[in-house]
Amino acid sequence: MRNASAPARRGLVYRMVLAPYSVWAFLFILVPLIFVAYYAFTDQNFNFTLDNITRFFTATSTVNDGAVTREIHTYLVIFVRSLKLAVISTAICLIMGYPMAYIISRASQRTQNVLITLIMIPMWMNFLIRTYAWMTILQDTGILNGLLARIGLGPVHIIGTEAAVIIGMVYDYFPYMILPIYSVMAKMDVKLLEAARDLGCNSAGVLRRVIWPLSLPGVISGVIMVLIPSISTFYISQKLGNGKFYLIGDAIEGQYAANNLHFAAAIAFILMVILLVCMALMQRGANKKAMVM
Amino acid sequence: MKTSSKIYTALIMLFLFAPIAILLVFSFNESKSLSVFSKFSLYWYKELIRDSETLNAVKNTLLLAFCAAAISTVMGTAAAVGMNKLRNRYVRAVMDTATNIPMINPEIITGISLMLMFVFVGRLFGAATSLSFWTMLIAHVTFCLPYVILQVLPKLQQMDKSLPEAAMDLGCTPVRAFFKVEIPEIMPGIVTGLIMAFTLSLDDFVISYFTAGNGFQTLPIRIFNMTKKTVTPKMYALATITFFVILALLLISNLSDGETYRQMKLAKQKKKAKS
Repeated sequence: MRNASAPARRGLVYRMVLAPYSVWAFLFILVPLIFVAYYAFTDQNFNFTLDNITRFFTATSTVNDGAVTREIHTYLVIFVRSLKLAVISTAICLIMGYPMAYIISRASQRTQNVLITLIMIPMWMNFLIRTYAWMTILQDTGILNGLLARIGLGPVHIIGTEAAVIIGMVYDYFPYMILPIYSVMAKMDVKLLEAARDLGCNSAGVLRRVIWPLSLPGVISGVIMVLIPSISTFYISQKLGNGKFYLIGDAIEGQYAANNLHFAAAIAFILMVILLVCMALMQRGANKKAMVM
Repeated sequence: MKTSSKIYTALIMLFLFAPIAILLVFSFNESKSLSVFSKFSLYWYKELIRDSETLNAVKNTLLLAFCAAAISTVMGTAAAVGMNKLRNRYVRAVMDTATNIPMINPEIITGISLMLMFVFVGRLFGAATSLSFWTMLIAHVTFCLPYVILQVLPKLQQMDKSLPEAAMDLGCTPVRAFFKVEIPEIMPGIVTGLIMAFTLSLDDFVISYFTAGNGFQTLPIRIFNMTKKTVTPKMYALATITFFVILALLLISNLSDGETYRQMKLAKQKKKAKS
């Protein structure tokens, strides 16, 4: 009798230690997401409406660039711009980070530890301060132009351009690209690379046929970890873009600051749905690739 | 390392550390200029110490991070122990998904979603403003929890299942076996989780921004408010201090790692000598 009830009682104990987290996750992870949808589909008096959603797709504004005045879809333009800048930043992070991760993973254990620590140090500094540092560098009277003037090159105007926003994103999220790729590469079996070489692969072949496919899981999590914060940022674009390049994060923050919670929720809801679809597609693509291999 | 690798590494490090170096140098600048270094001075550090609002924000940030890290570590460890024992595949999948949501979702959505709920519930109770220290604490615990769970769970899976059973065979009650055997086994995961939760909470701006009340300001929010207006090198002084605190913590943790490693080696040698 006692023996039979002991495992049952232990099962109860395990369920009890899980209970606080289950309640917490339900109340503060799932319910808030329902609130996003609820606010997105209601008006100020909490009556059902689709206005907030349709506003995102149909709202227009006129822009005046030089002589031409054009009518544009405000939020669609903002969304496409966010996507463009985020994709470019992610690509630059990948191109810069992939060789770095490879170099680190092939160094001695001691060098690996030192380099990874060095790469993580900037992450521990607040990203507001890091972004602000770039503002001082890129300003028209900033350090970069001071250096350029000293070697006799004309001043360049970077702050307030898309390039400045991209530099900020790459700088802030670069470590998130290196770390997952490195952790996959560090576990890679060196014998596989040697085998590929023995079987007549040249360096490019080893990279394309062995290293790249094996590092793909790291690349995918790196891409996700850079793409998501850079598509939804709002501080970087305000500081380095001089507020000229409104991104989707700026749109949400702007509506929040204007106490327009229902429309802020609608933009957040749309962003969330699009990201979920993208990630599901990426995951499926990765699985397919893994199956082909 | 090959020469080309060395050059590449140096360039990347230059990219990563040049902005930080500039902050360091200009925090000691006498004038307000951010491009011309005139004279070494500690003026901005004195200004920083006199800025009671910033110092108060530092205090708030530390208080919040301690509370958030402590709560999320205890709750997260308990959750990991429970999740590890879940037999039902569907329940397990639901728990895993819920745990992943705060990590995959953009911070701005986590922040907005919590804010909307707090505002709604606050309005139900007729409160004018429902955002306070407590809403911020809830938000911080929420985004720290998954990181703690993901640190502890693998340690539980790696643990030798026969260890707690052996302890119970030798007369331990299950609870005692848990505290005497399982907890020490998973301790590295718990400590890493605690440190991660603490640093994430210290550094968080986006989620704090949406869930902070008017009365309670953390350091990142203070920096945000400072950078809205023209910035003085006072903020650079703050950044410099942060940098050296981080560096000191890293060195200490590395040294203590080395120390434990040395002790382990010593213990092993002693064991060998005995046998």
